[in-house]
Amino acid sequence: MRRDLAFEALAAVRGDAIVVATYSSAFEWQRVAPHPLNLPATGAMGQGSSHALGLALGLPGTKIIVLDGDGSLLMNLGSLVTIAAAAPQNLLHFVCENGVYEANGSHPIPGRGTVDFAALALAAGYPHASTYSELAPFVDDLPRLMQLSGPVCATLKLTAGETPLKLDYRWMHGSKTRADFKAAISSLLPSKG
Amino acid sequence: MNHASSAPPAGSAIISALIAAGVEFVTAVPDISTSTGLLWPLSKEPALRLIRLCKEDEGISICSGLAYCNRRAVLSMQSTGLIDSLNAVRSIAVEYEQPICMLVGLLGRNVEAPLNDTQTYSVRIVPKLLEAMGVRYVVVDTTSDVALIAPAIETAYAESRPVVLLLARPVAAA
Repeated sequence: MRRDLAFEALAAVRGDAIVVATYSSAFEWQRVAPHPLNLPATGAMGQGSSHALGLALGLPGTKIIVLDGDGSLLMNLGSLVTIAAAAPQNLLHFVCENGVYEANGSHPIPGRGTVDFAALALAAGYPHASTYSELAPFVDDLPRLMQLSGPVCATLKLTAGETPLKLDYRWMHGSKTRADFKAAISSLLPSKG
Repeated sequence: MNHASSAPPAGSAIISALIAAGVEFVTAVPDISTSTGLLWPLSKEPALRLIRLCKEDEGISICSGLAYCNRRAVLSMQSTGLIDSLNAVRSIAVEYEQPICMLVGLLGRNVEAPLNDTQTYSVRIVPKLLEAMGVRYVVVDTTSDVALIAPAIETAYAESRPVVLLLARPVAAA
């Protein structure tokens, strides 16, 4: 399924969720669904899922969505086990599987076509994991995915979106991006004292 | 210096310092130099939630996510884990200016020699690596040094900068 269409469907049900996204998914998500509660988790590849876990533990009443990459998750596979053990009920972990390191020349990931991320998540201890190759079944299932008690893993087998990605690394790594996110998340935090 | 103040830091005192600094979460990969004195007691401390990690750099990101939520955390690991995590420290803690607080056990440190002269390579290079990266560190070598922990954490969060607390000797039980 096309990444832009899948993300448009997710944006329609996103509500006030915090969305952590990695690399190509972060660029696509920001184009499709710009929002102050979007956090690009880049700089150290593979850390999106762990950032999402920290947010999920810190704000247990807020839905935390991570748009992980397949190459990114391979770089931090142990995070599946850590997340499953911590068991945040508010964490929805998408694995955006395009089979390549898209931001680094589109070289294939190890195990392309054979690695099964949903199976890995289940084996790690996630209570729910599923895989979607077509848009319609994904759209139909999205409301259920949003309601499930997590951690939930959903692998999305994706092709590139129709619009070429704008690789705006200044936005991705800029201090303003994180400052804007901090300002936005502050409205969700309980007041101290 | 009296005998008590030159003794190795006690795990119970370190735990009290973490709690005093407002720490709620400890992310950790076990380290034999802190295992008995710190990590096992900490795992039974109801005021702290222990998140056991598969790999140390996960902890940097978890602490970062918690910091966005105004929740304080520390990452406990061995110096080899810190070395393995330097890219995450570089990116998340330094360039993204997140208050990542790290407790680092220096397994193999020769306590008779200055830290920079210890024979163990993985220990000897740690201060130099941190200096090269511009990461502040505090050496916690004795009981009296435990008093440095809470202020170091407070400063890290106040300035949104990382700090490494180098546990220079095996942490004592109790």
